[in-house]
Amino acid sequence: MLTKRIIPCLDIKDGRTVKGVNFVNLRDAGDAVELGKAYAEQGADELVFLDITATVEKRKTLAALAKRIAQNLNIPFTVGGGISSIDDVAVLLDSGADKISINTAAVKRPELITELAKNFGSQFVVLAVDTRFDGMEWKVYLNGGRTPTSLNTIDWLKEAQERGAGEVLLTSMNHDGTKNGFALQLTAKASELLKIPVIASGGAGTMQHFAEIFTEGKADAALAASIFHFGEIPIPELKTFLKNKNIAIR
Amino acid sequence: MIAIIDYNAGNVRSVKFALDRLGVESEITADFSKIRNADKVIFPGVGEAASTMNFLTKTGLNDLIVSLKQPVLGICLGMQLLCKSSEEGNALCLNILPNEIKLFKGDMKIPHMGWNQIFNLKSPLFEGVEEGSFVYFVHSYYAENNQYTIANCNYITHFTAALHKDNFFAVQFHPEKSGKVGEQILKNFIINI
Repeated sequence: MLTKRIIPCLDIKDGRTVKGVNFVNLRDAGDAVELGKAYAEQGADELVFLDITATVEKRKTLAALAKRIAQNLNIPFTVGGGISSIDDVAVLLDSGADKISINTAAVKRPELITELAKNFGSQFVVLAVDTRFDGMEWKVYLNGGRTPTSLNTIDWLKEAQERGAGEVLLTSMNHDGTKNGFALQLTAKASELLKIPVIASGGAGTMQHFAEIFTEGKADAALAASIFHFGEIPIPELKTFLKNKNIAIR
Repeated sequence: MIAIIDYNAGNVRSVKFALDRLGVESEITADFSKIRNADKVIFPGVGEAASTMNFLTKTGLNDLIVSLKQPVLGICLGMQLLCKSSEEGNALCLNILPNEIKLFKGDMKIPHMGWNQIFNLKSPLFEGVEEGSFVYFVHSYYAENNQYTIANCNYITHFTAALHKDNFFAVQFHPEKSGKVGEQILKNFIINI
């Protein structure tokens, strides 16, 4: 049976992880590759590396990191953060990245999704969306959630799928950081609407939250960061918990 | 030396990196004599069937691949291109295996993306791999089971996860991204086949 995926997300700056990590003894706990390998051994199904470096050297450092991850990791990984052109993506593919995620650049120029899907295949293109509920509807936000738009999230997801996105990473800003659980209704709506897989992100605080996002929320995968990094929820325990709830887990 | 056929189809580097981790010498190449003289050949691939077949035909790689006598391992699109035809772009493929590649149809998500189990493992390719082991898949098209099937998987329908005929082996999943199980399968291809 196809299993639900558990995906730790690592924030990277200048090739190193930003948030402190203390769930496991590592030679260099700030090293993204070491950490990725530790997660893979714990049973993570995929990894996302989000680069928040804000320098002109960015593309070079991200490609170098992607290469080092690809050389050392035997599970799929996505790299994202500030990717805005076919050239950026070609370099990452050439470095061995399995998937790239795009966000702001895709909203500014939706043709980018079409071009990337055509050039590299849909399976390579993850559309990341940061969204907030304004009391009436879910709207898309850009630049790491700092810039609001008038774009309706569901409309945008539909368009992205039509343009060739292979997967959606959907982050609810209302839930992110709260540890009160994922956005169940939004995720379920997106997952029912779309033919492509939906990764839910934002709000994970307990193991029960993961069970809910996979059942009620109909997510194909769930992403979290700090609860994994700080060892609040060890991945092996989480997977056993979900298996005991009869959720398909590797 | 293992030749990894370079034909501009997706992430060929991850296959090379996986072989590097196993300590196996390999080269990504489109050089005909290097491919012909390699101990073994890996035919990877991610992409669209019809346009990739056009590229293979244009470069003559199609005839080269069909003529290979050493063990060959097709991966993902590489597997599908070793078959007779594909519904993806109505492509006529290399016809080494008689399977017709079809598009998944059903209410479930397409592509079939993620970790799924393989069963009925029938080849030295799977030595040391347990029934029901998990491997990583990403595909929207599939091969039906037939007499050349050496592993199958279930998503929407029962389909072929691996094929074998003569010196040609092929897997629908990505062994290079399938953790320790995938490493074992690649190791088996290097050592057992």
